[in-house]
Amino acid sequence: MATVENLPSAQTERPIGFGRLKRKEDARFIRGKGTYLDDIRLPGMVHGAMLRSPYAHARILSIDTSKALAHPNVAAVVTAKDLETLGLAWMPTISYDTQAVLAGDKVRFQGQEVAFVIATDEYSANDALQLIDVEYEPLPAIVNARKALDPDAPLIRDDKAGQRDNLASPTWEAGDQAATDRVFAEADTVVKRDIIYPRCHPAPLETCGMIADFNPETGQLDIYNGNQAPHAHRTVYAHVAGLAEHMIRIKCSDIGGGFGNKVPVYPGYVCAIAGSIVAGVPVKWVENRDENLISTGFARDYVMHSEMCAKNGKITGLRVDVIADHGAFDSTAQPTKFPAGFFHIVCGSYDLEASHVKVKAVYTNKAPGGVAYRCSFRITEAVYLVERMVDALALELKVDPIELRMRSFIAPEQFPYETTTGWTYDSGNYAETMRVAMDIAGYEDLRREQAEKRARGELMGIGVSFFTEGVGAGPRKHMDILGLAMNDGADLRVHPSGKAVVSISAQTQGQSHETTFAQIVAEELGIPPEDVEVRHGDTDRSPYGLGTYGSRSTPVSGAAVAVVSRKVRDKARLIAATMLETRPEDLAWEKGRWYVKGDLEKGAMIEEIAVRAYSGEPMPTGMEGGLDAQVIYDPPNLTYPYGAYIAVVDIDPDTGQVTVRRFIAVDDCGVRINPMVVDGQIHGGLAEGVGIALMEVLTFDEEGNCLNSSFLNYLIPTALECPDFELGETVTPCPHHPLGAKGVGESPNVGSPPAIVNAVIDALHQTHGVDHIDMPCTPARVWAAMQGRPEPPQ
Amino acid sequence: MQTPASFEYERATSVEGAIASLQRLGSGARIIAGGHSLLPMMKLRLANPEHLIDINDLAELSYIREQGDELSIGALTRHVELEKSELLARHFPLFRDAENVIADPVVRNRGTIGGSLCQADAAEDLSAVCSAVKAKAVIRGAGGERVVGMEDFHIGPYVTAVGEGEMLTEVRIPLRPGGGSAHEKVERRAGDWAIAAASAAVWIEGGKIADVGVALGAVGPTTIHLSRAEELLRGKAPSEGLFAQAGEIASADCSPSADGRGPIDYKRHLASVLTTRALSRATARALHQEA
Repeated sequence: MATVENLPSAQTERPIGFGRLKRKEDARFIRGKGTYLDDIRLPGMVHGAMLRSPYAHARILSIDTSKALAHPNVAAVVTAKDLETLGLAWMPTISYDTQAVLAGDKVRFQGQEVAFVIATDEYSANDALQLIDVEYEPLPAIVNARKALDPDAPLIRDDKAGQRDNLASPTWEAGDQAATDRVFAEADTVVKRDIIYPRCHPAPLETCGMIADFNPETGQLDIYNGNQAPHAHRTVYAHVAGLAEHMIRIKCSDIGGGFGNKVPVYPGYVCAIAGSIVAGVPVKWVENRDENLISTGFARDYVMHSEMCAKNGKITGLRVDVIADHGAFDSTAQPTKFPAGFFHIVCGSYDLEASHVKVKAVYTNKAPGGVAYRCSFRITEAVYLVERMVDALALELKVDPIELRMRSFIAPEQFPYETTTGWTYDSGNYAETMRVAMDIAGYEDLRREQAEKRARGELMGIGVSFFTEGVGAGPRKHMDILGLAMNDGADLRVHPSGKAVVSISAQTQGQSHETTFAQIVAEELGIPPEDVEVRHGDTDRSPYGLGTYGSRSTPVSGAAVAVVSRKVRDKARLIAATMLETRPEDLAWEKGRWYVKGDLEKGAMIEEIAVRAYSGEPMPTGMEGGLDAQVIYDPPNLTYPYGAYIAVVDIDPDTGQVTVRRFIAVDDCGVRINPMVVDGQIHGGLAEGVGIALMEVLTFDEEGNCLNSSFLNYLIPTALECPDFELGETVTPCPHHPLGAKGVGESPNVGSPPAIVNAVIDALHQTHGVDHIDMPCTPARVWAAMQGRPEPPQ
Repeated sequence: MQTPASFEYERATSVEGAIASLQRLGSGARIIAGGHSLLPMMKLRLANPEHLIDINDLAELSYIREQGDELSIGALTRHVELEKSELLARHFPLFRDAENVIADPVVRNRGTIGGSLCQADAAEDLSAVCSAVKAKAVIRGAGGERVVGMEDFHIGPYVTAVGEGEMLTEVRIPLRPGGGSAHEKVERRAGDWAIAAASAAVWIEGGKIADVGVALGAVGPTTIHLSRAEELLRGKAPSEGLFAQAGEIASADCSPSADGRGPIDYKRHLASVLTTRALSRATARALHQEA
C-alpha cells in the first residue's frame, strides 16, 4: 500500500499506523466499481414509485386508483387507507412528532407522499403515477416562518389534538436572561442584526432509496438502504412496523454521500417495507433528484434576531432570538434534550460575561427535516450568527475584525472552559490558530492590497471567521436519540495469521472509515493497515451503535476502536508473558511487539502472539483462547475542534459577481489519524461552504411551490467556483479522547460561510455602505445590496 | 430513477431519410442529436414525443468550412468542435467566448449547434452569437432548401422557423473584412444558463463602424436583436461613450422577467453592462488591440 508519509515500525519497513495513507476504498471508487443501492438487483424484485402532492397545502377529497390498478404491469397501489389497516398511516419522527407516511386527510407540503405504486418495472410504476386521480381542495399555504404565528394563519397540524396554532415546540431557552440584561446595560456599544440562514439541502449525489426483501417463510426482513445510522433504523422499524428486531437485517452498500440527508426514516422506506411484507417479494424504491430536493431532510432555515455588546473594546454579551422553520412535521434529528440541537454553542470562541438564547420552532407548509448538511446539530447556524455579529461589532467599533476576536477569545489557561450557555470546552489555543491563518494569508499585505485596489475602483474583501465546534455526541448521561444512548461499539478479532477484522457501528458515506479505522488498529497493535479489514454497514455483522453524523465517527467510534485495540493489546501482553516465561509487568510495548524490559532481543510480535492464542499451546491461567475483544464506548464529553478561516473575494463592481480568490483554513482537530483524509474532508466542506454562501438555496413561491427542484435551479458549486484551498493546522490534543483526536468532518462547512459573507461585506462596506447581506450572495443579491437595498431571501 | 414515457426510436441513415420520417410521423416525432435538452425534458415528462429520429450517424452534417465568402457550419457540429475550431476562432472569436461558458465538457461533447438553435431557449448562448454575426439558417424539407436570417428564425420561446417535416441542416455566416466579435455572459455558476448575455460583432472600415450586430440572450422571451443600437452605432467612430449609449438602448429594449436568476432591474442593468463590454471587446479585436 503506497504511503505519502508514515511512521515506520521498529521491526519492519511496512507502513504502520497514523499518517498520509492512500484510501483503501478508492481502488473501487475511481474505477467505477462501487456498489450503490440502485446497482443491486434481486431475483423477483418489483419497483415502487411515489405519487407526490402538487400542492403545499390542500385537503384530499378523493383518490381514485382504479386506472392505475388496471395497468397491466401494476401489482398494487397503496394509499393512506391501506396503511391504516396495517397501523402504518402515520409514523413517529425523530423529534417525537408524527408524520404521515401517506397523506390521507390533507397534504401539508409540496412533494408530500400521497400514493405508492408497485409495478414490475420502474417505467410502468412511473407511468401508473399519471393514472392516479387525486381530487384536492387547495388551502392557503404558509411558507414564511415569520408569518406562521400570525393569528389568521391557517392551521397546518389540525391532525394533532389540542394544536391551535403553528407552534412546533415550546420556546426553548439557554443562558441567563437577567445577567445578559445587566451586561447589555453596562455595555458601551451594542449592535443588532436580523440574520437569516436560508433553507438549503444536503443534496447527496446518490438520492435516497431502499430495497425491502421480506421472506414470508422465515419472517426475515432484509433491508438494503444507504443510511447513516443502520442500527438505529433497525430499532425504529421494529417499533413502527411491529417486527421482531432480531429478524431485521439492514445492509448498506456503498453510499454516494449523506451529509445528514440519510439520517431520517422516510415514508418511501416504510412503503417499500410494507409493500414487501404484503407482496412477499423484494420491493425497490429509489427517489428521483426532484423528490430528493423537495421532500427529504432539508438544512438550516433559521430566522435570527441578535444583539451583541462590547465594553472597552471587548465582546461582553450576546442575545439571540430565533424562529426555526421545521416544515410540516417536526423531524429534526437531534439528541432528545436539545430541541434546537447544539445551537446554544452560539457564544462561539469568546469569553463572554453573559448570553441568552431563545428558540421557537414553527410549522410551515414546507418539507420536514431540519438537521442535515454537515451541520453538527445546528452549530452551523450558531457559528454563522456569532461570526457575523462579531464582524458587525467590529464595524461599529471601527476595529479590525481579527483584532476584536483576539481581544475576546477564551484564553488557553481558561480551559476547560464553561460557556455562559453550559458547554464545557475541553481544550484550545485560539489566538495561536488565528495567527497561523494570518501568516498563511499574509494578512497585512492583503489589507494593503485591498486599499490599493479600492483606490483604483476595484472591490476586494477579506473575511474572517473563527469557529468552535462541539462534536462527537455524546455522553449517555446527557444525550440520547429516541431513548437510544449515543454510544458506539467496536469488535476486534485478530485471526491466527495475525490479520484482523474490526467491526464498527459507524457507517461511512465517504468519510474513509475503511482506511482511517484500519490505521487506528494498526497504530495500536502494530500490524499493517492493509491487514485490518474494517466492517460496517451491516447490522448482522457489526456491533450496535448510533452511526455517522454530527462529526461523531472519530470522536466516538474512533475512540471505541482505539480502546478495543488496547484491550487486545493487554490480552496479548498476558499471552506474551506466558510465551516468554516472564511476568506481564516485566514486558514493555513497542509498536507491534511485547518485549522483555532490558532485553530488546527477547520478545513476541502480535502475529506470533495471535498464533499462540489459537494454538494447542497453554494460555495464561484462567484465560480463554483467541485474540478478540469488544467494547461499547461512552464518550465522557464532546470534542471541541476549532479553526480560523480567512476568505479573500473579488467583486465585479458592474455585475456584482463574487469570486472567492483565496481561502485559508487552519483547523485544530487534535491528533490527525490520516492527515490526507482530513484534508479531503476539509476540501469537501469548504466547497459546500462556497456553495451555501454564494448559490445554494431552497426557495418557495407564495403558494408553496418549491422553486429549486433540480440541479438546474438548486446550484451546487463546481471546481471553477472553488479556489485552491490553503490549509494549515495546529494540534491541541483532545484531553479525554484516547487518541487525542476530535471530529473534523463538519468544521469546514460550519466555518466557511461566515468567512465568505464577511468578506463580501468587507469589500462593499466602505464604498457602498453595505453592513449586512443574507446568503446566498448571488450576483443579483450582491448588486441589490450595492444599490442600497439588500433583500432577505423569501 | 427518472423514467421517460415510452416512445419509438429510429436511427436515420441520411438527411433525406430523416426528413421522410419526420413527414411520415408528423407532429409526434422529434429529431434527437446531442439530446442534452430533449432527454432531461423527457425524463421529467415535460416532453413526451412519440417518436425519436436519431441523427447522430449523419456525419455529413458535421463540419466547419469556408465556402466562398461564407463560413458554413453543419447542424450536427458539436459544441466542443465549435470551441476548438481555429478557423472559427480566427473569423468569429465570439464562438469560443460562448463555448467556454456553455454548460460543461460533458454537454459540450454531445450537444450540437443545430440542437441549440432549434431548442430556441431564450437563454441559450449560440442564438445570440449567430444573431450578432448575421448568420443564416439553412432549413431543408421534402421540397428542398430555404435560407432564413436569424431575425426570422426565432419566432417565439422554443419556437423557430423550422416547420413540420423540416430540419435545420446548416448555419451560414457571411465573411467580411475588418470584423471583430465578442460574447459576454453573467451566470450564477459555471455552466448555468445566463442571467444575461450579450453578443456583438463589428466591422470597421476607415476608423468607422461599417456594420454591427448586437443581440442579447436570457433577457426576453426570445433572443433580442438590438436593431436600435445597431442603427445608432453604424457609421460612427467607435468610442466607449458610444458603446455606453448602445448599452442604454440594450437596457431599454430588452424585456426580461424576474426569476431565480435575478429581478428585472438587475437584468436590464446587466444588458447594458454586457452590451457595452461586448462592443468594446469586439472592437478591440477588430482593431487587433485586444488587451
